[in-house]
Amino acid sequence: MALNDMHAEAVAGIVDRVVTRYRRDPTCMVQILREVQEACDWIPPEAIDRMQATLGVPRTKIEGVAGFYSFFYTQPRGRYRVLFSDNVTDRMQGNQELIERLCKNLWVEAGKVSEDGLVSVDRTSCTGMCDQGPALLVNNYAVAGLTAARIDEIAELIRNKVPLPEWPPEYFRVEDNIRKADIMLGSQLQPGAALRAAHARAPSDGLMASNMRSWREGLPSGIGGPAAMLDEIKRANLRGRGGAGFTTGLKWEACRNAPLKPGQQRFVVCNADEGEPGTFKDRVLLTSYADLVFEGMTVAAYVIGARRGFLYLRGEYRYLLEPLNAVLERRRKEKLLGADIIGIPGADFDIEIHLGAGAYICGEESALIESLEGKRGTPRNRPPFPVTNGYLDQPTIVNNVETFAAAALIALNGGEWYAGIGTKQSAGTKILSVSGDCARPGLYEYPFGVSVRQVLADCGATDVQAVQVSGPSGVCVSPGEFERTIGFEDIPTAGAFTIFNDSRDMFEVARNYVHFFQHESCGFCTPCRVGTSLLKNLMDKLYNGCGSLYDFAEIEKLNQLLQSMSHCGLGHTACNPVLDTIAKFRPAYERRMTCKDFAPAFDLDRALAGARQMTGRDDAAAHIAKEEFGECS
Amino acid sequence: MSQTFMLDGKTIPFEEGQTIIQAATAAGVFIPHLCYHPEFKPHGSCKLCTVKVNGRQTASCTMRAMAGMVVESDTDEINAERLALTQMLFVEGNHFCPSCEQSGNCQLQATAYHLGMMTPHYDHFFPNRPVDASHPEVLLDFNRCILCSLCVRASRDVDGKNVFALSGRGITTHLIVNAKSGQLADTNFTLDDKAAQVCPVGVILKKRRGFAVPIGERTYDKQPISETADAAEGR
Repeated sequence: MALNDMHAEAVAGIVDRVVTRYRRDPTCMVQILREVQEACDWIPPEAIDRMQATLGVPRTKIEGVAGFYSFFYTQPRGRYRVLFSDNVTDRMQGNQELIERLCKNLWVEAGKVSEDGLVSVDRTSCTGMCDQGPALLVNNYAVAGLTAARIDEIAELIRNKVPLPEWPPEYFRVEDNIRKADIMLGSQLQPGAALRAAHARAPSDGLMASNMRSWREGLPSGIGGPAAMLDEIKRANLRGRGGAGFTTGLKWEACRNAPLKPGQQRFVVCNADEGEPGTFKDRVLLTSYADLVFEGMTVAAYVIGARRGFLYLRGEYRYLLEPLNAVLERRRKEKLLGADIIGIPGADFDIEIHLGAGAYICGEESALIESLEGKRGTPRNRPPFPVTNGYLDQPTIVNNVETFAAAALIALNGGEWYAGIGTKQSAGTKILSVSGDCARPGLYEYPFGVSVRQVLADCGATDVQAVQVSGPSGVCVSPGEFERTIGFEDIPTAGAFTIFNDSRDMFEVARNYVHFFQHESCGFCTPCRVGTSLLKNLMDKLYNGCGSLYDFAEIEKLNQLLQSMSHCGLGHTACNPVLDTIAKFRPAYERRMTCKDFAPAFDLDRALAGARQMTGRDDAAAHIAKEEFGECS
Repeated sequence: MSQTFMLDGKTIPFEEGQTIIQAATAAGVFIPHLCYHPEFKPHGSCKLCTVKVNGRQTASCTMRAMAGMVVESDTDEINAERLALTQMLFVEGNHFCPSCEQSGNCQLQATAYHLGMMTPHYDHFFPNRPVDASHPEVLLDFNRCILCSLCVRASRDVDGKNVFALSGRGITTHLIVNAKSGQLADTNFTLDDKAAQVCPVGVILKKRRGFAVPIGERTYDKQPISETADAAEGR
């Protein structure tokens, strides 16, 4: 037997094992690809051959999905695949030197595979470890708190081909860093308590929840608990914690009332694709408060009448998969999941975990659903919305991790209690992921309405130049605005709170964010696909010292276009970091302008870099001084 | 009596379930578009057909018409944005109209003329996209692909073959074919496929037929795309 056939046979065996475990279900494509890659180190063509045969889907579909996600490789990327988190906070913590150090150590060029095929080193978007960076992923497992010494140790382990499970466990330790706890981070839920409280709720006289469904159809049948629980959510005035702040009660009610066709059911989806650079609260909630989150999902299932739920966990949090599955297993044993939950006949609900594979866009709810269905994570055309046409075209609610945790607290303590916390339009608390230039990065939970100044004082930030609230798609707040408050009335946020002191170059911050959007654009619509690349090129042009007023005008025009023509929020907000920083930190841009009106982007000397590298020359004669082809006046 | 909505001040009747662009086309009003084709499920990705509905932008190929809507389409503001999108498509790929077999029959080119495009405005990306000449009858020139996915939909929904799909992400999104080798010759694609007929630009070309109709006498040479869209899409 030829070596190739043996290889193909071994790969086919791996694929068969994985595909069987996923019931030959093509909607599990992303999970199947992930597990095949975990076994093979990449997704070889032979694996796609076999998947095509066993799943009964065309090769184009498999390759289309594999090609979409950053963490899937259809080319070999080495037995060790190192991805450095490249958020602006990682950069501030010195990740560039560490990348260079590891590359030098391993004799490999960043972005490429080593000549012996052992290792590749590359960059990736924020991995959610900003409070303990710089961080990296090795074969998708997070290593935080990197130092030069740790990098040298890692290089040694890789060179000696030490398998990942034999690496020192402390490398993979991730701290919670809870600095300020309130009702959520301070809660100590007895598993099942919130569910029992929800079940015990009797409908009050003035029932608020509209109930277009027959009593029988829902879960469980014949009792008023679900509608009463929905009332509590409405009374609590709970709003989505993913950033947009849609009223949770309305979403749940719309899903609850959505008509079902024969054979259809309702779904609960928890969005744990925490991809906004600078956000890491969901990481902690899922590490130390998983029961609260799963209980909130179960309360939601009770309210809308769902039997299946999904936790969509970002691929960067791969290390949480086994612990979370263990929590689910325990809850099944405790009758808090599965059939007849807490003894209510017909109250059936279970949760599956789906892992993402490196695509920020999957945090958008309709893209997330596409990904759950095993497809490319492209946002859908809306309307219709997921509450009526979600997972497999059936009614689905998608809520943030923190929203579900809040729902569990509301089930336990009631809506009125919750509405009394925070402000009028922003009930409850918000967990902020604080990182950047401060003494104590980590999680801070506040009732809504806290001022930026207060947060800065609590985390020990001094000489602050700016705070980016809610990540690149949020707002950049300058010192004159530090009295502004966190809440839907003023600054809404998904949770990121990134601090920059006086020494930071706000232009570089914005450029980092623009590169992020360009990398994460899904490519579906023309304005975002091409526009984010054009924006990146403009920012790089400014970085290279060829910027002018003309480019400011171009950025403004691009912003207009992306706002009005883009398919989803990514395109709508992609220009925000640039516009904000131009408005508030203009000197950072002006420093980089060589002339007022126009300068060409093309630089002859820079264009020769490739030739210099190929010939190994870097002497004076291999350079062309700018003056020689004319400096603009 | 069917229901109506207003489009640029004109009353447009529509049937239940029709999209804005369908109702507009039926009423003889042209809305620029590239990824939309009346025979296929709308995709909504090129965004050329964006209109303002009650003051908010939306793709008219995916938005259902509703009674009483006020729709703006042929305005300076929207046409300027459509022009910018067209320029983006030009710089994203490699479009050399004077030497292109599809010149005069190309919807991208015709749309550019319709919108008054005089320059590409943005810096060209000059991507490296090798052609696929493996198939005995058909040449694939990916340089001109605008990712409209019409061939994807035609092959999947009409031919039942799934010869084409989009892969990659963001600016690296690209067309792939259904073969381990990645070559069209190794698929079951034929010239009779619907997918061979729908490319709005010049990616899918019949071999050994060059310049059969002289430049100057081609579809959009005679009439602007706003007058000929239906005829061209029915070809």
